[in-house]
Parts: sequence; C-alpha cells; structure tokens
Amino acid sequence: MLKGLLHQLNIYWSQIVSLYLVFMHLFHKADTVEYPDVKPFTFPRWRGRIILTRDPDGEERCVACNLCAVACPVDCIALQKTEDEEGRWYPEFFRINFSRCIMCGFCEEACPTHAIQLTPDFEMAEYVRQDMVWEKEHMLIDGTGKYHDYNFYKVAGKAIGGKGKGEALDELPPTDRRSLMP
Amino acid sequence: MFSFQVGSLLNIALILGTVLGAAALLIWVERRLLGFFNDRLGPNRVGPFGILQSVADVIKLITKEDWIPPFADKLPFVVAPIILPIVMLLSFAMIPFAPGVGIIDMNIGLLFVMAMAGLAAYSAMLGGLASNNKFALLGGLRAAGQMISYEVFLGISLLGVVILSDSFSLRGIVEAQSDGWYVFPQFIGFMVFMVAALAESHRWPFDLPEGEAEIISGFNTEYSGMKFGLFFVGEYIGMLFMACLIPVLFFGGWHAPFGLEFGNEIISGLFWMAAKTSVFIGFFVLVRAALARPRYDQLMSYGWLVMLPLSLLNLLITGAIVLMQGS
Repeated sequence: MLKGLLHQLNIYWSQIVSLYLVFMHLFHKADTVEYPDVKPFTFPRWRGRIILTRDPDGEERCVACNLCAVACPVDCIALQKTEDEEGRWYPEFFRINFSRCIMCGFCEEACPTHAIQLTPDFEMAEYVRQDMVWEKEHMLIDGTGKYHDYNFYKVAGKAIGGKGKGEALDELPPTDRRSLMP
Repeated sequence: MFSFQVGSLLNIALILGTVLGAAALLIWVERRLLGFFNDRLGPNRVGPFGILQSVADVIKLITKEDWIPPFADKLPFVVAPIILPIVMLLSFAMIPFAPGVGIIDMNIGLLFVMAMAGLAAYSAMLGGLASNNKFALLGGLRAAGQMISYEVFLGISLLGVVILSDSFSLRGIVEAQSDGWYVFPQFIGFMVFMVAALAESHRWPFDLPEGEAEIISGFNTEYSGMKFGLFFVGEYIGMLFMACLIPVLFFGGWHAPFGLEFGNEIISGLFWMAAKTSVFIGFFVLVRAALARPRYDQLMSYGWLVMLPLSLLNLLITGAIVLMQGS
C-alpha cells in the first residue's frame, strides 16, 4: 500500500521535474542559425557546385578525356571531345545535370588535369527544372581554381602548336632510336 | 445600448473581437513558445516577431482545396467542424471578464458551460465517424471515450467551488472570491480540474483523438482547407476558454492579487484577468512541450481509478466542512 503510494507520488514528481526542466529552457540561447541572414561558413574543400577551370595561360584545362563522366556514379556528366588546329583537345560541349549530381567529388578526383573542381557554393535552387542543366559556358571560370600553377600541356608529352615533343617541363628530348645501334 | 454593462452591444462586439483575435494570435504564441522551450526560435519571419504568422496560415488554409472525400458522409462531415467553434464561442458568453464586462450572467452559468463542453465532444465524434476512414474512426472513438469520461471529473471537481460560493453563476463565484481565492481551500479540485480541462480541450498530453504518431491525425485526417481550419481555431478557442475559466473559478477572476488594484476597477479587472489567462496559456504550452502522451488504456484507468475517487473525496470533505461550519 505504502510502496504503491510512494510509486504514484514518484510518478507525479517526475512530471513536475520535467515541467521545470523544460521551463528552464526558456532562458537558454536558441540553437537556431537564421540561415538566409546568417550564412554558414563552408571550408575551401567543401564539395558544392562544380566548375571548370583554366590553366595559368588562360586556356581551358579540360582535355575531354571522359574520365569524370566514367567516374560519375549517377551519370550526370556528358561531354564530347573535339580538337583545335593546334592539336589541343577540348570538349565541344560539357554538360552537367545538377538535378542528378550528388556532389560526391569523384569527378574532381578522376580529373587528370585539375579542370573540374568543386566549390563551396551550395545555393543552387532553381524555379525551372531545365535550369538545373548547366552547359560549359555556365561552368567555365576565368581563373585556375584551387591549383594555381598546374598546366597540363606544359608537363605532358603531347605535341601541340608552339610546343614540340620533348619541350615540356622536366622532359628530355626524344631519343633517336637509331643512334642506339651497337 | 453602447455602454459598459453586461450584455450591451459594445460588450458583445468587443468580447467577440478580442476572443477571435486572441485565438488567432494563440496559434503564433504557441508555436513561438514551443520554439523557445525546444531551444529554437519559432516562426519569426512574417511581420514583427512573426506576429502575422496566423494571417499567413489563414491565407494558406483558405486557398487550399476544400475537399470532401467521395466516400464520406456529406452532411455530418460538413457540420462537424462548425460545431466546435460555435460551442466554444457560446461558452465564452458566460465568462465574467471584469465588473460590468461580460455577455450574459446566467444563474446556471456553470451548468451551461458544462453542457457546451459536452456538446464539443460531438465535433470530434461526428468528424471521425463521417470521414469513413479507419484512422478517423479510431480518433473519433477515442475522442468520445475520453471526453465523456473526463467530463465526469470536470463536473465533480467544480462542485467544491459551487459549495463554497453557494452559486452556479460564474459572476457570483468570482464575487465570492473577493476575500480569498479558491485554489487554497480547493487545491485538489483545482488539480483535478486542470487535468480534466486539458483532456476536455484535447490538448497535449491528452491529444489521443489526434495522436499524430499513432493514427495520422485522428478525427481530422480527412479534413483540409478551412474545414480543418475550423477544427484548429475551435481547439484554440477551447484552450483560451479553459485558460479563462481556471482564473474565474480558482484564482479570483478579476480580483487583483495582494491588493495591487489600480485606476478604474474595469481596467484593473481586465488587466488582471488577461494576466491570469496568459499565465495559464503559457502553462498549457509548457505542458505540451514537456509531457509525453499516455497510452489510451492508461488514460482511461487513470481517469476512473485516480481522478474520480479524488474528486469525490474532495467533494465529500468540502461538503462536510461547510456543513460543520454552518451548524
């Protein structure tokens, strides 16, 4: 009898305690971040909107190798290779469907020329669904992005206009195989 | 006709406007307070401090499709949401806000209030039945059981007050409290009435007729647009009504505590009435934020095994003491 009564009183006491504890939250500071007024800090390596960068000479870095399209787990990248008169490869079109993109950053990791990079921008809402599909002219920026000095054609062996075989950085001139004859 | 006396047109217009305005404001007040209790901010975007949030809510509700499901029973489905606000507004006619401020003074005001609270159960019951939906039916069933059984203690817990004040008129009860509030002699009655009032206006933690986690939204599952809005507003008017009734019955209505009266007795009375009502509205919101919903069988056994004996005991002891003092 007494034990049961004490148990009942304990139940009421616990309700009163929880009422008190919740009431004291009135004097706590709210955890809310008022987002459109207060922007959150995003780190430079944040994986957000995708851009295409240029090399230090101002040329497109993308060589249309299709590695990003292959790496993309949701197949949101589409591109077509073409070549200019100097022999440089570049994409004829480069299209990313951001309504599919999951910002995984695999394309950035796959890219051999640091052309495709992810940025800290995440505010990508659109009113029209078709506006989520971005073309090359939307994504191509004038700068070098996160890698300032890298220039693929300056270190690659491929000959393009104004740079022959063996003229790249840290590269020896091509060996004349016939001179190696015994 | 246009003067401050009970039942004048000015009084009626002012009280109706204030009650409806306050009920609309309550939607914002509750969400904001809940936000603070949860360490959030609550709605603060529309207007200063988000005060116009209810306006935005109403616009949204009005422009929504007002849909009657083809499988529903049309007439009760439409009538059900109308009952609740009407009944709650009728109850407000009984509340004495200040000396000379009120809509009507019936000598059986308390009984009228009880009757209206009983009719309010029909709203949830009819809504649940007419929706022809299993979850709505469960909600209506719960509403019927809960409201009818808690009505019993709601009535009995008030009889102590009636014995002490020797009156069924709410104004008479308030006037009888001029020399001391009834919370002190009627503390058990007050506690029982508090719980029963929460259950009666099916607010948290007694919102089992709605019970989002279990039965979607209970009796108003099939309602949308302004029909849902009427249920919503009716519930808030009911909460406001209970928050007005508790001060009237137990906390001395318009009488100022510690003799803190000032100025005109009408202004002072209205101020203290509003202050006491606000405290209880805050308490209702706090209860919603803090306490968990009981299981339905626990709710019923708690009602019949704890509340009923307590209220009967309270009635018995009060009556005995009054009889002994009288003789």
